[in-house]
Amino acid sequence: MTPAQLVRRIGFYAFVAIVTAFFALPMLWLVTAPFTRNPSLAVSWPDFTLGNFKHLTDDPNALPSLYNSAVLSLWTMLITVAVAALAAYALSRVRLPGRDGILYLLLLLSSVITGTAAMVPIFQLMVKLQLLDKDVGVILVMTGGLLPAAIFILKDFMDTMPKSYEESARVFGANSFQVLGHVVLPNVRPGLATIAVWAVVNVWGNFLMPFLLYRTPEKQPAAVTLNNFYTEGGQPNLALISTFSLLYSIPVVIMFLFVSRRYGFRFHGGIKA
Amino acid sequence: MTDETDLLPARRRSLGGEVPGGSDRRQGLAFVFPALLLITVFLILPALWTLYLGLTDYRLTGVQAAHPKVVGTANYTHALGDKEFRDALGRTLLFVLGSAIIGQNILGFALAWTLRSARRWVRGIVETLVLLAWILPGVVVAWLWIAFLKDQGGTLNTILHTPGRDWWFDHPMGSLIVFNTWRGTAFSMMLFAAALSSVPPSQLESARLAGASGWQQLRDVVVPGIRGHILTNTLLISLWTFNDFTPYLITKGEPHGASAVLPVYIYLTALPGERLGFASAISLIMLVINLLLALAYVRILRRRA
Repeated sequence: MTPAQLVRRIGFYAFVAIVTAFFALPMLWLVTAPFTRNPSLAVSWPDFTLGNFKHLTDDPNALPSLYNSAVLSLWTMLITVAVAALAAYALSRVRLPGRDGILYLLLLLSSVITGTAAMVPIFQLMVKLQLLDKDVGVILVMTGGLLPAAIFILKDFMDTMPKSYEESARVFGANSFQVLGHVVLPNVRPGLATIAVWAVVNVWGNFLMPFLLYRTPEKQPAAVTLNNFYTEGGQPNLALISTFSLLYSIPVVIMFLFVSRRYGFRFHGGIKA
Repeated sequence: MTDETDLLPARRRSLGGEVPGGSDRRQGLAFVFPALLLITVFLILPALWTLYLGLTDYRLTGVQAAHPKVVGTANYTHALGDKEFRDALGRTLLFVLGSAIIGQNILGFALAWTLRSARRWVRGIVETLVLLAWILPGVVVAWLWIAFLKDQGGTLNTILHTPGRDWWFDHPMGSLIVFNTWRGTAFSMMLFAAALSSVPPSQLESARLAGASGWQQLRDVVVPGIRGHILTNTLLISLWTFNDFTPYLITKGEPHGASAVLPVYIYLTALPGERLGFASAISLIMLVINLLLALAYVRILRRRA
């Protein structure tokens, strides 16, 4: 090995070591604190207790809020996938006037009108529609935001599907809904799965919308509840916060592993999956 | 969908055949309608409403809540002259420049470039950690970084032997920039990894044979080859960073607004501050900046397509 190569080698490992430390160190607390009795914000060797999980089940809002998150995620996912599939199919197969323009416009709007930029009017809209503090309100707002990108991706999948499949189904007298249900959807299953997981992960992690739109603590999903654990002394209850964080993160990691294992990574106009 | 459409001959009514027939179009519109309705009401309407609200003195409570007055462009002139607003905008630009345009872009590229030739397990470990930082929910990540930079007992202070140093209080913006670089680098890393695999190895090979150093190969062969990707990446991560609400979860804008980036400033003005009209005016300014970034992005997409 020449000196130059040696230097490059050392540089490479130094870089990898620093980057690994930079990314790993902040995450240590998430794996030590939940298993530590009376954890602080410091990372310490855990005493491998499961007592914090026991405390968590005693908290009146902790586990119900995970259920709330699941309900919000699943409803939003179902509506998004169903509505987007219909629209994407029509946009992929029927020559509607100005189709491509509309698609790009929608994609543009969905990245421009973000929750943070539109939080004031969204709050106002929910007050006027009397949907404040209701699941339906949060679900519809999130669906509206996810739909354009969902349609865009699904249309991509449907465009690559040969039309001859549908034509032969039609020869046997299938109507449009039957063709969609029996021929098109099974063929774009990877696309549907991508959208479904992407929608669930988005809603599961979203803090701002439920934070703005719910008033009652019992209705709030996990993202909001995580910031509501306090001890009797008014300090953040770190045992509950760390344990709950871990439980709340696990489904996201599992879904992510599932998608990347099963379908691999694909880039869809910059969507976080 | 009516029965009539079903009675038409298969070829004519076929959604699959791209036949521009009237009934096809009607059915197509019916399929698109639910999506358009939801998008119009819950995405586009709020944006239009911001336009109107920004022209009023609307407040959450009091007389102006029941009878908001149209005050014209007063909110906008007030915002542009307001020191707090301009400071928040300045902080946001610093946040985007430091953490997205410089931090995520460069670290993401460096990772994609060095991991290309790394051993499988090294690559696997590093990529998993970087991705994990990106996929964990924002609220969890916020707690992790509160803990990491904590003055008493925080992991960073333990490592640096600087006990009691309060990073979030002393350097709120610097800490936010490091935090967001950590949070978002995964996207740039993956995008650049995909882009680098599209640079033909033969070009690198001939550059190497011509005696180009690693740095020269990078500058003269690789960067020009993936210029489009760099631009796309920069626009997307800028847009996301600009709209990121996670800083609120960590610092709530503290100390004394020194970490209030625009999204946090809007929230603090609108809800705890109850000045909805003024907050709407700022929202609109934010929407316009978003629009400019997104328009640039779509232009690149279309040119590539």
